[in-house]
Amino acid sequence: MAEITKLVHKYLRHDKKFPHVWCPGCGNGIVLGAMIRAIDRLAYRKDDIVMISGIGCSGRLPVYVDFNTLHTTHGRALTFATGVKLAKPELKVIVVMGDGDATAIGGNHFIHAARRNINLTAIIINNNIYGMTGGQYSPTTPYGMKATTAPYRNIEHAFNIAELAVTAGAVFVGRGTVYHARLLDKLIEKAFVKRGFGVVEVITHCHTQYGRRNRMGDAVAMMQWQKEHAVRVEKAADMSEEELKDKFTIGVLVDRDLPVYTEQYELVREQARDSIPS
Amino acid sequence: MARKKSKKKPRLLQGNEALVEGALAAGCRFFAGYPITPASEISEILAHRLPQMEGTFIQMEDEIASIGAVIGASLAGAKSMTATSGPGFSLMQENLGFACVAEVPCVIVNVMRGGPSTGLPTNPSQGDVLQARWGTHGDHPIIVLAPSSVRDSFDITVKAFNFSERYRTPVIVLSDEVVAHTRETVVLPDPDEIEVLDRIKPSMPPEWYIPYEDTSSGVPPMGIFGDGYRYHVTGLIHDIRGFPTMRTDEIEPFMRRLFRKINQSFHDVQIVHHFMTEDAELVVIAYGSVARSARRAVLDAREKGIKAGLLHLVTLYPFPRRDVVATISDAKAVLVPEMNMGQISREVKRVNEGMSRVATLNRIDGSMISPQEIYEWLLKEA
Repeated sequence: MAEITKLVHKYLRHDKKFPHVWCPGCGNGIVLGAMIRAIDRLAYRKDDIVMISGIGCSGRLPVYVDFNTLHTTHGRALTFATGVKLAKPELKVIVVMGDGDATAIGGNHFIHAARRNINLTAIIINNNIYGMTGGQYSPTTPYGMKATTAPYRNIEHAFNIAELAVTAGAVFVGRGTVYHARLLDKLIEKAFVKRGFGVVEVITHCHTQYGRRNRMGDAVAMMQWQKEHAVRVEKAADMSEEELKDKFTIGVLVDRDLPVYTEQYELVREQARDSIPS
Repeated sequence: MARKKSKKKPRLLQGNEALVEGALAAGCRFFAGYPITPASEISEILAHRLPQMEGTFIQMEDEIASIGAVIGASLAGAKSMTATSGPGFSLMQENLGFACVAEVPCVIVNVMRGGPSTGLPTNPSQGDVLQARWGTHGDHPIIVLAPSSVRDSFDITVKAFNFSERYRTPVIVLSDEVVAHTRETVVLPDPDEIEVLDRIKPSMPPEWYIPYEDTSSGVPPMGIFGDGYRYHVTGLIHDIRGFPTMRTDEIEPFMRRLFRKINQSFHDVQIVHHFMTEDAELVVIAYGSVARSARRAVLDAREKGIKAGLLHLVTLYPFPRRDVVATISDAKAVLVPEMNMGQISREVKRVNEGMSRVATLNRIDGSMISPQEIYEWLLKEA
């Protein structure tokens, strides 16, 4: 058996009814693969991992893998995750969201989880569209593109998810693509080991709902687009604004240290205990 | 463990304070909330108390997040609660349904204030009764309890936690502004005088654990995240393993079990207090702070020789039909006083089926219902 197949069988739920819900060519499997590889390299115990998701195609991701898994309501994954982490800080809490999930309906929770620096990892799979509901425009659908609810063109401006995370206070922010699979593996591993709120934005394609409507071709063509438009942050530093015009950066955008919520709360507990009159 | 020194001494407390004491006595160790009048004291006191006892308090960004965190903490093993008022309670409805369908124990306190919308933030109301019952979408059973006094706020919150743990369900404590902010001297019970129930956890080897398998009680043992029973929790309708299903032969038994676990336990969850109802010709049916006014009115009427009685509903849902029917079947007339346009009176009329004459007394001006108003009705009907 190939190494990768062994890994799949090690973490896949064998009692789950398959097939999965994703379209052929979907990037979600690559993201899940990257997460599994990072978990395996870091030798986390399955019992210690809680994988939490919201609603949408990304929301279905945890059900396939053999951890403690929690498929929450739309946009609310980070709120459930906050409760899990605070009640049992020893657990490794991983949250998977989509672009609409994390930055539209869950936008408020996203910025506040970052601001609190609650120590969990947020993986945001950004495919620029609401895929599961049929291709409506999301907060990351680029200006001028088409969607079922923007049949003429999208006149809203897209969120830059990674930049939003940086501004909101996330201590680790990375951006990768499903094309750059090895970089993605590394980014996710880095986010997992980071103390505090770590974010990895993963640029992926929805050829079914977004690509087709915008004449971007099939999954392969769209991954080719990722290859051609992604620039390493290190390289981007030496490039002009003009050169970066239709590009996006990938790599580690921020890696910094700030007080971590659960550790701070432990100190609050000590303070509170000392305040009890004896 | 050595018996702790009794703390039993009279204390001057408000309803919200007693509610917190009840929550802590029941084992609440996680609270997430968002500031709102008239529930904020609950947050403030717990922010102070929980970290002293290895518990956790967090103020979230809104009420949606608050109930989300409460559900998450409960899945990780902590007895959890949130507290709010009408507007925040509306925001919680979505995840309340999640807690129902994923069978996550938790307690949601709604200190009712005048509505709709921002309404009357510092005035009492009982306008959220039907919201508590039907606020979240989809068919679901729910347990709703209403305290009527400061001491009640303690006892009923303990009950709420016990029900939520025993039946793996969210329980709503429907307090009101009068109950929450009234200060009175109460004696609270010692910890060893209180019955505290904990959820049943799986005891079989993890590989044998089927997380949503039916049991005689309808309540499956609950695996706790991190304890070795890895399973899937979802708001989608799921099969006995917790995986999403669209098979009719799996959906139906699941939905039926959700209802059955509550419906076969009416004897446990339906709490009512009878006050002079045995020979009562005029029956008042009341709950919350109004029940106290009603009690006074009944006493005054009895002094006048009027055969009045009070059926005090503590459990609003599942609606205590059997008690109501038995009490009103021989009554000349029934009064349901409420600080709303008639929410529980709808239920009373529904189960009455023409047996008795049901009158309502509705107050929606932000004031409580006084004993005098109820007494006047009793005099008129006598």
